Parts: sequence; C-alpha cells; structure tokens
Amino acid sequence: MISPVVLWTDALVFTLVGVAVVFGLYARRREHLREPWRRVARSPKGVSAGTVLAAFVAIGLLDSLHFHPRLEGAEAGGSAEHYSTEVASVFDLLVWPLRERVEKTYSAPFATHAYAKETIDLGGGRQAREYPRLVHGGAHLSDAGTRGADIALRSLAGLGAGIALWLALVGLFVAVPAARRGERFGRLWRALWAGHWQWPWRTFLVTAGVLLTLVTLGVTLAGTYHVLGTDKVGQDVLYQALKSVRTGLVIGTVSTLVMLPFAIALGISAGYFRGLVDDVVQYLYTTLSSIPGVLLIAAAVLMLQVYVANHPDDFESLAESADLRLLFLSIILGVTSWTGLARLLRAETLKLSQVEFVLAAQALGVAGGRILVRHILPNVMHIVLITVVLDFSGLVLAEAVLSYVSIGVDPTTISWGNMINSARLELAREPVVWWSLAAAFFFMFSLVLSANLFADVVRDAFDPRLRGSERPA
Amino acid sequence: MTASPRALLEVRDLRVSLSVPGGTVRAVDGVDLTVMPGETHAILGESGCGKSMTALSILRLLPAAGRVVDGSVRLDGTDLLRLPEDAMRAVRGRRVAMIFQEPQSSLNPVLTVGDQIAEGVRRHQGLSRRAALRRAVELLEAVGIPDPSRRASEYPHQLSGGMKQRVMIATALAGEPDLLIADEPTTALDVTIQAQVLELLDQLRRERGMAVLLITHDLGVVAESAQRVAVMYAGQVVEEGVTADLFARPLHPYTRKLFAALPAVGKRGGALEVIPGTVPSLTAHVPGCRFAPRCDQAWALCRAAAPGWHPLGRGQGVRCHLYAEGRDRARSLPPGPAVVPASMAVPRDVTPTPLLRVRGLQVHFPIRRGLLQRVVGQVRAVDGVDLDLAAGRTLALVGESGCGKTTVGHAVLQLLRPTAGSVRFDGEELTRLSGPRLRQRRRELQIVFQDPYASMNPRMLVGDIVEEGMLAQGTLPDRTARRSRVADLLAQVGLDPGATDRYPHEFSGGQRQRVAIARALAVEPRLVVCDEPTSALDVSVQAQILNLLRNLQDHLGLAYLFITHNLAVVEYLAHEVAVMYLGRIVERGPVGAVLRGPAHPYTRALLSAVPVPDPAGGRAVIHLEGELPSPSQPPRGCHFHPRCPEARDLCRESYPETVGVGTGHRVACHLHPPS
Repeated sequence: MISPVVLWTDALVFTLVGVAVVFGLYARRREHLREPWRRVARSPKGVSAGTVLAAFVAIGLLDSLHFHPRLEGAEAGGSAEHYSTEVASVFDLLVWPLRERVEKTYSAPFATHAYAKETIDLGGGRQAREYPRLVHGGAHLSDAGTRGADIALRSLAGLGAGIALWLALVGLFVAVPAARRGERFGRLWRALWAGHWQWPWRTFLVTAGVLLTLVTLGVTLAGTYHVLGTDKVGQDVLYQALKSVRTGLVIGTVSTLVMLPFAIALGISAGYFRGLVDDVVQYLYTTLSSIPGVLLIAAAVLMLQVYVANHPDDFESLAESADLRLLFLSIILGVTSWTGLARLLRAETLKLSQVEFVLAAQALGVAGGRILVRHILPNVMHIVLITVVLDFSGLVLAEAVLSYVSIGVDPTTISWGNMINSARLELAREPVVWWSLAAAFFFMFSLVLSANLFADVVRDAFDPRLRGSERPA
Repeated sequence: MTASPRALLEVRDLRVSLSVPGGTVRAVDGVDLTVMPGETHAILGESGCGKSMTALSILRLLPAAGRVVDGSVRLDGTDLLRLPEDAMRAVRGRRVAMIFQEPQSSLNPVLTVGDQIAEGVRRHQGLSRRAALRRAVELLEAVGIPDPSRRASEYPHQLSGGMKQRVMIATALAGEPDLLIADEPTTALDVTIQAQVLELLDQLRRERGMAVLLITHDLGVVAESAQRVAVMYAGQVVEEGVTADLFARPLHPYTRKLFAALPAVGKRGGALEVIPGTVPSLTAHVPGCRFAPRCDQAWALCRAAAPGWHPLGRGQGVRCHLYAEGRDRARSLPPGPAVVPASMAVPRDVTPTPLLRVRGLQVHFPIRRGLLQRVVGQVRAVDGVDLDLAAGRTLALVGESGCGKTTVGHAVLQLLRPTAGSVRFDGEELTRLSGPRLRQRRRELQIVFQDPYASMNPRMLVGDIVEEGMLAQGTLPDRTARRSRVADLLAQVGLDPGATDRYPHEFSGGQRQRVAIARALAVEPRLVVCDEPTSALDVSVQAQILNLLRNLQDHLGLAYLFITHNLAVVEYLAHEVAVMYLGRIVERGPVGAVLRGPAHPYTRALLSAVPVPDPAGGRAVIHLEGELPSPSQPPRGCHFHPRCPEARDLCRESYPETVGVGTGHRVACHLHPPS
C-alpha cells in the first residue's frame, strides 16, 4: 500500500527514543535516578515546560516516519503501483492541505489577495494591474469584504471546540480516579483546582488546554486561510515552521547521541587511568577545542556538498541527499562539542577515583573496566544528563546560525535557519515581508525557552548541593 | 538549676525545631543551661543530640530550616531571642563569639590572616586600619603563634590545621567577648595539637575572665578542661553537674553506659559495654523517657511518662525516674561503671609465623614544578618502614595525621605502588605482582576505611556491594549461593538480611561500617587493614564495632593492621603497636611494653597528650612545641629533634639507629644508644 523510507536521521532518532525508553526502564528500578525525575515531575515549571516539549517531540517523531506517497494518476501503468519520488511523512498526511495549497508567491497572514500587484488580462485586450485573489487563501469567500466576520466566526468555533475538548480531557482526568477510589467527582474536581493533588496536574492540564486550543484554532482557520502567510514560492509559512521542528530536534538530539560516547568514554578513562591515556585525551581535546568550530563545520559541510554534487546517482531523491547533509551536520556538531563534557567528566572522575569506595573495589580485585562501568559511570551520570539537556537548546540555535551563513542544512531542507536566511532578502524589500521571520522566531523561541526551563528544573533536581542537608549536624 | 543572679548566660526551656522533608525534627527539646562568668561549661553528647543546635540558637545562627519554637536565652539579663537583628549583630563577636570545628572552612582563603582578624577588630572597636592590624598582631601573639607579624601577612593555606584554629580563636578574641562558644574546637586536630589548643583556651579563660561554652563528644576533653558539664541525649539535657562529681559518680543510665563503652586497658579481653539500639527519631513525640528503649533499667513508668528534672545537690541534677522523690536513692545508685576484671585479658599466644613482613618500605611522591613539570623534590610520605604481623594478631600503627600511616596501609595492599622496599605476604613478594595475579592475591588482603559515607558507592544496593568481591574473584559463580552467602555475612556483622535491598544512605554510620566489614569478609581475607575504622563514629557505636572486630578475629583468625590515632583503642584491641613519626617508625613492641614504658620521647608526649576521662587524673602533659614538619623537607638528624624536649647535639646530626630495649620492644632514639 505504502512504500516506507527510512532516512538515516530517522533511524538515529528512533534509536535515541529506544535508548531513552531503556534508560527509563533502568531508572525505574534505581531510586537514585527515579527520585530526581520525581522531583522534576513535582515542579510546576518542569511540568509546564515538559508538556510543551512533548508537543514538539510528538511533531518531530510523526515527521520522522517517512514514505513515498502513491501516485494517484498512474493507474494507466497496469497492476504495479507507482510511487512518487518525493518523500512525505506521517505528519505531512495530517497537514496535507497545508502542503498542497501553494500560492504563486508572497501573501500576508489571513490574506485573500496576493501581496504584490499583477497584470491581469480582463479580456478584450484590456489589462489591469491589481492584487489578484489567492488560489486557496480565503477562496471560499465570494465577497472578500466578509473576511473579518468569517475569521471571527471560525476563531470562535475553534476556541469553542478547544475548550470543549479540554473540558472533556479534564473530566476524564477527574472521573477515572474518582471512580477508582470511590470519591465524589465534585470534591476531586475542587481539590484539583485548589492544587491539593499530589502532582501538579493542574499545571499540566492548563498547559495542555492552551496547546489543545491552539490546535483546534489551527484546524478551523488554517483550512481556509494561510494563517502565517506564504513565502516567495507561495508555500504556507505555518507548514514550514512546523516542518522545521523536526530539523531542530534532530540537530539537538542526534548531535548529542554522537557526542556522548566520545565524551563519556574519553572523559572517564582519562580521569581514571591517568598517565598516557590522560595525556592523549587531553592533547586531543585541547587541540580540537583550539580549532574554531565554525571553520571545522564549514570545511566538513563543503566537502560533503562536493561529494553529493559528484555522485548524484547514489541518492534516490533530493530528500536523501538533504538528509545526509543534516546527518553530517549533526555529526560534525557532535564531534566539535564533546570536549566540554569530556573535560567535566575527567575532572569529576579524578576526584571520584580517590574516593574510598573506588579504592575498596580495587582492593577487592575488581578489574579496571568494571570499576569504570559500575562505580564511576553511575556517579557521573547526573553531570551527563544536565549537560545534555543544557546543550540541546544551544544546538538548536547553532543550526539557525549555521544555516544563516549557508553552511548549515541543505537549502531544500525546511529549517528555521533557512527561513531566517531567506528573511534576509524579505526584510530588505518594500513593503516588508515580516511573517517568515516572525514565525521562525516564535517557534524557535518556544522550543528553546521550554527546553531551557526544563533544563533548569532538571539541573536543580540532580544537583546534590541543592538537595538540602543530607547529614545531620 | 535555680537561676543565679550573677549567671552570665541563662538558657531556659529552649526548643528548636528543624523542618525536614519527612516532618519536623525537635532537635532541641527543653534545654536549660546556666553559664557563670569565667567558667568552662561543657555540653557533652553524641552526634545528632542537638548540642550544636543549642549553641547556634544562642547566637541566632540557626540554619534556614531551623526555628526557635520556645524558650529564652538571657545574656546578662537581656533576652537574645527577642533582640532585633540589628542589636543582635552587636552581640555576635562583641559579647559572644564562636569558633567551629573546621578551621579550614571558617577562614576566607583569599584574605590574609591579619586582615581577617583586623576586620573584626575594626568593627567592634572602631580602630583605624593600621591600629587594627597592630591589634591583630597582638592577638596572634596572645594565641601563641610564633613570629606573629610575619604570619599576619600570610594566607590561610600557608598555615597548618592547629595554627588555623589558633587564628580562629584570635578572631573570636577580637571583640573581647564575655562568652566564647567552642563547637568541637579540637575534633579535627591531632592529640598533641589538641592539647595545645585546650591549654590555650584555658589560659585565655583564666587571663580574661571569659566564660567558655565547650561543645564536644569527647569525655576526655571534658575531663581536662571543663568545670561543669551537661550531658545531652536526643535534644534534652539528661544530666548536669560539676565535672569531678559527674565523672566520679555518673547517675543517668545513659551517662553510665557512655563511660562503660570507652575502650581502655582495664577492659582488655572482655567485650565493651554497648548501648543497644540507636538514637530515636526526633520527628515523633515520645511520651516517655527518650532513653527508655535503650535503657536496661527502664520499667513501665519510663515508657509512659517523661521524667522530670531531679536536682541532687552540689549543682548536680538528672532527668531520670530512678531519682524521683520518694524512691530509695541509695538502692538506685549502683556502683560505678562495671569493669571487666583484667584477668580475663588473656593474650592469645599464637606462634608468630609472620603472615605479613614489610621491610624498608618507601613511598615517595615527586613534587613537580614549573613549565616542564620537572621533579624538584620528593615527599617522603613513607621512608623506610619495617613491620611484622602474624596471623590472628593485631598490629596497631599509631601516629598523628600526616605521619604516613594511611600511606603504609595503602602500600601494603598495593593500592599505591611503593617506591622501594619489600612487602611479603605469606612468603610471596606483593610488590612484584601485577595484573591478574595481583587481583587474585587481593582476596587475602582487605581494607576497611575510616569514612563510612565515602567508602560505599551510593548508587549500589548493599547486597551488590557485599557481593562485588565474590564476583570479581569468581568465587561462588552460582547466584543463589552467592545471595545466601551475602545474607550470612550480613548476619555475621549483626545486620538484618533485609539490608541487601537497601541503599547505603539508609543506614547510620555504624551500620555502614558493618556493611564495609561484611564486604571485606566476603572474599575470606586473612589480613584486614583497618584504616581508622571507628574515628568517625560515636563512642557507643565505636564500642559495637570494636567488639565486632575482636569477635571476628577470635572466630576467623584474622590479622589486623590497625591504623589509628586513638591510643585508647590501641590499648583495648592491639597486641603490638608501632609508633610512626614523619614516615618512619620510631618505636615498636608489644602493647603493654610500649604503652606502659614508652622509650621514645615522642611516644611519651603522645601518651601524655591524650585526654583521660578522669578529672582527678592529675597527669602532667608533655607539651610538644610546634607541629609535624613537612615530609618533603624532613629535619636533619632525628626527625623529631625540633620538637623534642630532650634533644641533644647528636640528635641534630644523625638519625638514630633502632635498638632493642626489651622483648620485641625496639626504639630509634639517641637516648637509647646501641650497646
């Protein structure tokens, strides 16, 4: 029926999900790992930021299930089904209208007419220069003058649907425990809003409610309008902004996946074995961190560009070559960013290897590698976790900057960096096209802000110094 | 405890609560104290009894979680708890000063010592900067720091621990306070330095008429320096009195148990008295006496009603139902602490086939300096040590911190590779072993560390911790057999088998030390290096661990290399003793001979400096001048001569030979020339 495509980054993204699930199962049985996460779940800030992050991750994951869409008009070819060479994702299916409803060129948010005047043939040799109606945006309106009322009506409908769905969700959240514990619905409901529940469900539900309403608003409005306008080639900007979520997430997480093995293995073995190993690792990371990262990235990306240009037959579709470049960018970002974590881990391991429980393990005759895995690694894991969460937002921002100077992702990949890059020209024209930049900014801002807030909470939860007095005075 | 009109400090019914995640801890629950001007009043108690909280609430310096719930603290009649914060700042330092246990963290590392003292002087006396610095130098002189004007311009890291504590005292003196609160002022210091600091405090008290509130867990320190003492247990004062009376006739069952739990020579051979159970959790309200669950004289009333305070004359009082009005006090006063007859102390006469033979052991650490990390010198941490230890015997290695005794322990186990010398274990040279052969040998040599908090991986379950050695050694490959062995081991060290599925942080210090011992025993060692295993523990817990160690030795024939600075423990447990000074052994021999007839002046000074829990002892402390020199530049000649009261010219020129002065008793000192 469909022909799935597994791109390199898809495979890595789902590997990462698998690693996270395994780690979750592992942490469930380990009190020292479970407790800090419980602390995160108890913090309203963490829950709120986490909910927003989860929404972004859901978009990113749906957008990572790729396939070749079937060609509708190819029945003439006989029994064999024909597939497009284009690659689409499950997420594209959900927002198919956004993907397909392409205008000729720029149009402002909620516009019914194009942004630039065109010469229109009125028939009979007469021509006029005016703003033409858009092909899709507001096309259902016979009279463009009723646009305001239509938007208001549809917003109300979206708002209503959002609130109704949300109330149903909250009702479910209260009704299930009420039925299970045999308590009165009203009492639990009041307790929830008074904040008497053990976990900050209230915060979660409010955040989820806001997101839900945004989605229903999107459904009612984006079906008939270009909510965030269209870009130079007439593509919906909302669609681009949503598709960019995956690019940002891939950069943020795959780079981490690449960086972690280097940082952990080299960092803790340098700290534990010292001597020659330490010298080599230190040499490696001081050298690497004294090369400007941007130069290294530029060199790697340009080399790859040349390779792709010279071997066009190796790639089935444009998406594949673009994906390779995205992967390559993630790898090179990972390679240039492991030094910081390795340095931290080396220092912490140096300290830990003098602690008595490590000496005791040595005295028991435990072999070096086993000491690293059983004694050192679990005791530096909190540093790894904090670094990963903190680095994530930095990597998302790095993608935007690199794409802006054209050494980032492939120009055909939809990313916030590319959107900002094209905005360079849009801001220079008159009248200004501001919505691409605004959309990229808004989406990137909400992802990075929620990631930063979440990182803050995670760091506080894992920082042993903030854990209060553990030993009695 | 009637209020006296001339009392300097009167604490009445002080209640302090600490909020913790699980609820509220009543850290201090109705404490009364009276401190007279010019006297040293001690608060004695084990960790967690609320003695530090009492002291901190006098100065209103409680941690953020703490709160004074009720009570009054009157200094010369003014209630400090009701003063505005502004006025309180004038009291701190000016009227009441405080010194802490860790001189290291009490001094700011980026300011010179002189500046830090001058800061206090300027605030309290409003002097100019120059005058304040002059005053700082005077204060440094007053606390006995040699060459005070040079020291005033030095930074804290350039001073030794004892010196820093003197600086802290000088800082406290800057405001010329009427009351000095000293919170465990000597716990972090060596005995010889401790003796110096206690002497200094006493001298300052006499000269300045300053009162001292001394907080300590050490019975010996109390006996040496306090006129009055209050014993605290679980947030309450359970007994108070004049030091001499209280030590001669302790009344409260807890106090009596504390004395009985102290290791001493008279108790050799027998088991030490222990206090069963642990300090109760202070979160719950206890209706009865807080000591009742651990008291062997408790009866129904003790569990039902909290005992009141019963004054018994001569300023002594006790919180115990045994001493209530109407009870026959004569009957309720048992004779002093039970002493196990010395005849029981039969030293096990094992034929001394040396299990461990150390010859000429040296561990040097290179000092690297400069751009190219050239070696510019050596820290001679261990510089030629000979030891012999037979199976089933205990050799105590005694010395002050920095003398290299821990390094010896690590070098014996090959946790540190010795620079030179030989370590033969059961006839095999360990220093030449490496890789898998060394790892295999390790099962016969184990170690128990000092800090029960650092010695266990906080991320592992107790069962996994104990099991680790068996896994590494490949003994008992079967999982069920291993698990049952772990349960046996835990039972052997007196822990519930349910402990396997818990994390180390759920246990108290003493219990953790038991786990550490179980971990060492898991691989069936023949020699265990005990590196100060009891010095982080309270007296009553220390007794439990010492009993356990002795018991294990009797049953398993273990040999112990017992590294310690506590001579009372040595007397109780060891068969032989070796005294270390600056990387070398200055005297060694059987315990009786060395401790009863010390031949080396350093051993004599060390023995005399140990505070004895007997105020009537009247012994003469030999005060050692100065402190341990740096092992990177040991003094020429005998290492001890700069501090030795009996040093002669010869001592400055050559290191003395080791000579025998009795059966197995050898000493390296020019006072005992080779014949």
